[in-house]
Amino acid sequence: MIEARFKPGEPVRVRKAYPLGHIRTPFYVRGHGGVIERLCGTFGNPEELAQMRSGEPKQPLYRVRFLQSEVWPGYRGNPEDALEVEIFQHWLE
Amino acid sequence: MKDSGNYQPYSYFQLMEVSLRELLVEKGIVTEAQVAATVEDMRARSPERGAKVVARAWVDGSFKKKLLENGTRACEELGLDVPALRLVVVENTASVHNMIVCTLCSCYPRMLLGLPPDWYKSRNYRSRAVREPRAVLAEFGLQLNQDTAIRVHDSTADMRYLVLPMRPAGTEGWSEERLASIVTRDCMIGVAVPEPN
Repeated sequence: MIEARFKPGEPVRVRKAYPLGHIRTPFYVRGHGGVIERLCGTFGNPEELAQMRSGEPKQPLYRVRFLQSEVWPGYRGNPEDALEVEIFQHWLE
Repeated sequence: MKDSGNYQPYSYFQLMEVSLRELLVEKGIVTEAQVAATVEDMRARSPERGAKVVARAWVDGSFKKKLLENGTRACEELGLDVPALRLVVVENTASVHNMIVCTLCSCYPRMLLGLPPDWYKSRNYRSRAVREPRAVLAEFGLQLNQDTAIRVHDSTADMRYLVLPMRPAGTEGWSEERLASIVTRDCMIGVAVPEPN
């Protein structure tokens, strides 16, 4: 099991990477910055599980809050409109 | 279970399902009775379960607090068995409206809402809910005020989400059952708000 590196409120950025395989980090947030909303717990790594492997070491999973205007250029709406996405720690920096 | 009485040719996925099921039964891994019971159990789940949770939260402040802190545990307290459901409940307020999507597939709190509607699984909803949520809500007939911030929750991994809508005005003194009757599936996905009827 891997220790959680981030705390709620901490700014993070999603890795801008495009590996092949079963990745549960949506393309639209890759490379974007957000803030840790909460730590959800520690879960088997889906990229490993999809290959019929053990999913170990388990990875901390966070909910990360992104401002819509940061993710989508030209977004119209309330400036506080936000997206919350579950991201595994190995995708955050 | 062997003969459904439907003599249309099987589609690819139906054939796969039948083949796999019969093989599992032949090998003694599951029984036909267990398969039938599981199908019945899945059919029995409906949004009424979620509505019961919402109505309780509306009338019981300490339950609501627990629900927002740990959705799974609070549901167990209500006698709702929600194994494997790590439930995050998000509360609508006068300043924040929440809505749920799964852009990657169709993750959905089935234990509380039953099977997801087809539109929830459509590419249209999944791609647009995160990109232009206000336009999508308007198509559902929900015109959100510009002063209300919208928070879209993308269930991309192990959590499942339920929206706790605001209790509408004009429902003072209502029983829990009556309150539950106005909490629709769409209110708990966040594409509608409850209307007192």
